Amino acid sequence: MKIAVCVKAVPDAAGGRRIDPSTNRLDRSGELALSDFDSYAVEEALRLVEADGGEVVVVSMGPERAADAVRKTLAMGADRAVLVSDEALAGSDLLGTANALAGVLEREQPDLVLFGQQSADGGGACLWAAVADRLRRPAISQVSELKVDGGSLTGKRQTEFGYDTISAPLPAVVAVSDAINTPRYPSLKGIMGAKKKPQETLAAGDVGGASEARTTVLGLDPPKGRGEARIVEDEASAADQIVEFLAEARLL
Amino acid sequence: MAGTLVFLEHHEGELTKGSLGVLGKAAQVFGDVAGVVAGSRVRETASRAGTFGASVVWVADDERLAAPLPQPRVDVVAKLVRDEGFENVLFAQSVLAADVAAGVAMRLGAGLNWDLVELSSDGVGTSPALADSVNVRVGWTGVPRLAVFRSGTFDPVESDGAADVRDAAVELEDFSELAVMVEQAHAEQQGPSIEDADVIVAGGRGLGGPENFSLCEELAKALGGAVGATRAVVDAGWYPYSAQVGQTGKTVSPKLYVAVGISGAIQHKVGMQGSGVIVAINKDRNAPIFEFADLGVVGDLHTIVPQLTELVRARRGT
Amino acid sequence: MSVRPSEFPPPWSASEAFAGPTDPLDERIEVGVAIVGAGPAGLAAAIRLGQLMEEDPATAERLGEVPVAVLEKGKAPGAHLLSGAVVNPRGLQLLFRGRRRVDEMPFAGRVEAESVLFLTQRHAYRVPTPPTMVNDRNYVASLSQLGGWLASEAEELGVTVLPETVGAKLLVDGGRVVGVRTGDRGRGRRGEALANFESGSDVKAQVTILAEGTQGHLTGAALSRFGLAGENPQVWALGVKEVWQVPRPLTRVIHTMGWPLRARGKYREFGGSFVYPVGEDMVTIGMVVGLDYRDTALSVHDLLQELKTHPRIRQVLEGGKRVQWGAKTIPEGGFVALPRRFHAPGLLLCGDGVGLVNVPALKGIHYAVESGRLAAEAAWRSFARGASLREALSTYDDAVRSSFIWSDLREVRNMRQAFGRGFYLGAAVAGAMTASKGRFPPGDSRTERDAEQSLVTTRRASSYPAPDGELTFDKLSSVFASGNRTRDDQPNHIRVQRRVPREIAELWAHMCPAQVYELGEAHADGTVEVQLAPSNCVQCGAITAKGGRLTPPESGSGPEYTVT
Repeated sequence: MKIAVCVKAVPDAAGGRRIDPSTNRLDRSGELALSDFDSYAVEEALRLVEADGGEVVVVSMGPERAADAVRKTLAMGADRAVLVSDEALAGSDLLGTANALAGVLEREQPDLVLFGQQSADGGGACLWAAVADRLRRPAISQVSELKVDGGSLTGKRQTEFGYDTISAPLPAVVAVSDAINTPRYPSLKGIMGAKKKPQETLAAGDVGGASEARTTVLGLDPPKGRGEARIVEDEASAADQIVEFLAEARLL
Repeated sequence: MAGTLVFLEHHEGELTKGSLGVLGKAAQVFGDVAGVVAGSRVRETASRAGTFGASVVWVADDERLAAPLPQPRVDVVAKLVRDEGFENVLFAQSVLAADVAAGVAMRLGAGLNWDLVELSSDGVGTSPALADSVNVRVGWTGVPRLAVFRSGTFDPVESDGAADVRDAAVELEDFSELAVMVEQAHAEQQGPSIEDADVIVAGGRGLGGPENFSLCEELAKALGGAVGATRAVVDAGWYPYSAQVGQTGKTVSPKLYVAVGISGAIQHKVGMQGSGVIVAINKDRNAPIFEFADLGVVGDLHTIVPQLTELVRARRGT
Repeated sequence: MSVRPSEFPPPWSASEAFAGPTDPLDERIEVGVAIVGAGPAGLAAAIRLGQLMEEDPATAERLGEVPVAVLEKGKAPGAHLLSGAVVNPRGLQLLFRGRRRVDEMPFAGRVEAESVLFLTQRHAYRVPTPPTMVNDRNYVASLSQLGGWLASEAEELGVTVLPETVGAKLLVDGGRVVGVRTGDRGRGRRGEALANFESGSDVKAQVTILAEGTQGHLTGAALSRFGLAGENPQVWALGVKEVWQVPRPLTRVIHTMGWPLRARGKYREFGGSFVYPVGEDMVTIGMVVGLDYRDTALSVHDLLQELKTHPRIRQVLEGGKRVQWGAKTIPEGGFVALPRRFHAPGLLLCGDGVGLVNVPALKGIHYAVESGRLAAEAAWRSFARGASLREALSTYDDAVRSSFIWSDLREVRNMRQAFGRGFYLGAAVAGAMTASKGRFPPGDSRTERDAEQSLVTTRRASSYPAPDGELTFDKLSSVFASGNRTRDDQPNHIRVQRRVPREIAELWAHMCPAQVYELGEAHADGTVEVQLAPSNCVQCGAITAKGGRLTPPESGSGPEYTVT
């Protein structure tokens, strides 16, 4: 079975402050790391292939320095990686990214495409749903348990109302939740072997070109702020005052 | 800004609170708005959208839409938007709605902004970012404009209006029916998980000992919420790691966060600062948590929390 | 009744740091030279080896498929590197031999001007710069940034850098070091294997170079096991520093002495502070205090906060914002505390781990780089056709003793110890030492272990400023500013006795800049339980100097420094 895992390299939470040697000023461009959520998808792919044989290809879109972050997936055990890296694709919106990824997936023709549940830096738009629509294949998201049997799969999807069990024939697109497994640490042998695994870089032209963004960022504003806190110091009436406060806030 | 459509989700015969909230907001911002409801035998449910702000409600009523799966809904919504020329298509965040929105965006080649908490009539949305430490103003470069609103941002507004009910065409792509619902969720949850909970009651070292976590549990139950814990008490073995909120635990953003005996060190704060309303109970007036709580209560939690639980139970009948 | 921390030794034994190779053949990882620590010493060794491999490919082949591997316990090279720092470029210039010019190195700027100030609570008096502290021709740098750059230079030369890899044990076979065993990952609080448990691996190497920095885990064990320690024990200072973004550039390097440290000899408070410009828009400020101090209430972190309230210092930071915080110990024994030998069978020791620091000049980085370079050359000799490993490695000792490291440290050898007798007396003796180029006073002063100092308790904690979140900060938010987000559910890596006299517990609680130690339940006999929050630990090493022992936690844990 050939499994493609779509991953994203995101700014590393703690890293990202360095001095730019050309200006001696604080540089915010930052290190990139594999999005935590994507490790669950990589782990799931590795487990499936370890059980039934096959190949795991990691697909990502990002700047050239994303290659280091993507290499971590090879250290975990993925077989090869494809990075779409092109100036023209910088700052792509949801569709731009989905189309680029779909372009790679159309080349690769995997049996199964896995995504992590959300991007650590983007707050979670459903890339997988857009990709599945473009590929014209079934998609299941929020999967906390996945079984693949021959040419079909069954997934347990977690929704606000509980768990659904959904099945679909392969090829299919699945977004896994962080409840599905515990991602492995790469072994030292894996880390050292990662550099030897094939890492291919594609340009926008190889995946159907770039397109105009359909959304824009207009600006940043400071958060509303919580305003002054109300402090209650009378213990005797505290409980009542809390209830009153909650009722006013329409929380009770 | 003509033509706004709101995707209305339903569960067990009721339109969901979240999508009705977005409907109400849309009506307030755009005036005349339409809703779309997809399912099987949902006409009656759908018609109630009229009392929540819809002037028209499109109903896609078909057996093939019985299971709450996204892809058939993408077909229905995309066709409706094309046929009727809607310029704005709004969704309330949910597992289902998010998948539908992204699928429709791809189908129509449209721009999608998500995690919005505000939208203006001239097409500018607001989305909190970076653990709610900054607000981003976003827009669209063309139409239709697709928007997904953060869960629970708006409350439904009921009136005595009525909607014009119309039939939406149900023409499904071949691949849309490949995913099949084998068994649908129906079990009542024990209580919400900490990630999904609308209310979290979290305990810290001020509780004094593991046995006092029952105070938090009782209050959480009364409020219909989940229980959280700080790193310090999890380290000390008072509560399991699965409940840990903070930098090295979970990040949560419920509508209400009640911090009981928690000092508010930054390691904890970054895990819950996106909460809607923060109430803190701590006997130390100088605890850092009082700097970012909305309501700070200085006093003995052992006295206050049980009293609060009683009052809440009385009010909610729980 | 005064107690000493040394009376409560930690539950740890050096034998824990040794093992025989156990991995089956097909799982073994073989490298030519294994280097533990991606700091200036380790990376200098790696770079020199890379250069030698380029020059002599025939010999290079004998190092195998992975000729040089650098194991780094932090998340990335630089994540655990912290220093002032004002760097003498000599070491790096020798290392790069013209292939890289000083202006290509990631220095933040030349030292243009400097002052030494003696502080009282409200005033600052300029004192003449002691000759040992003159810094013209030196450069301000972030050691963390320098480490990141050196790592990429090493990788370009074919070195494998392995971050998030702890060197947990030395592999020994027949009395010879044959490599390093890496640490396990994925153990829970009680040591149990979690779902993603990954056991460490044996990394076999012909030569192992330890460049672990201060309080090196394997270094300490090796000094003991191979009988390498010198006559005098090592002593340390604890440095706590912050990096600030500031609106007005600082135009000079500043060192201070005096307030808030006490001058009276009985308190043994040796140290001072530094304030350095880092480029145009940043400043780094730090407080360094010898760990032979006696006051249980002394907290270097809080002294740093107090220091910032001094009018002369406050004005430097006004309008600025703290961007990073960190802490690390510095070996201060100097020449008289050096090991008597720097190598053992299969093993070479470099850098801060063996105390190559010139205390009066506040310099150690260029010695680390030079020792790494010399270690690489000795290691390389062992790969020559027909070479004897033993003979090749012994050339390292000879090289170190003939280098400027040795002559520099020798010249200032008694200066630190002299300051143990109080600032004024110490300054006079130090002045005489410099004037006589080390010939006065004659003989070597004895050094005592930091943990053997008897304790006193004062009420100085009441003068520590309450944190205001803008100029002054509490320990927990400082730990956050170090980038520390250590996984909580892992075994405790701090070895201390858990029930000790109250004074000892208070000593540790104040000492630790990361608030790892807190007083727990009190017992009737005057002892208290010691409560630990190990995931706060930034691995400064202070506890090892003052009665406990720091061992490496899970790979990747600890701070994530970037500009320290």
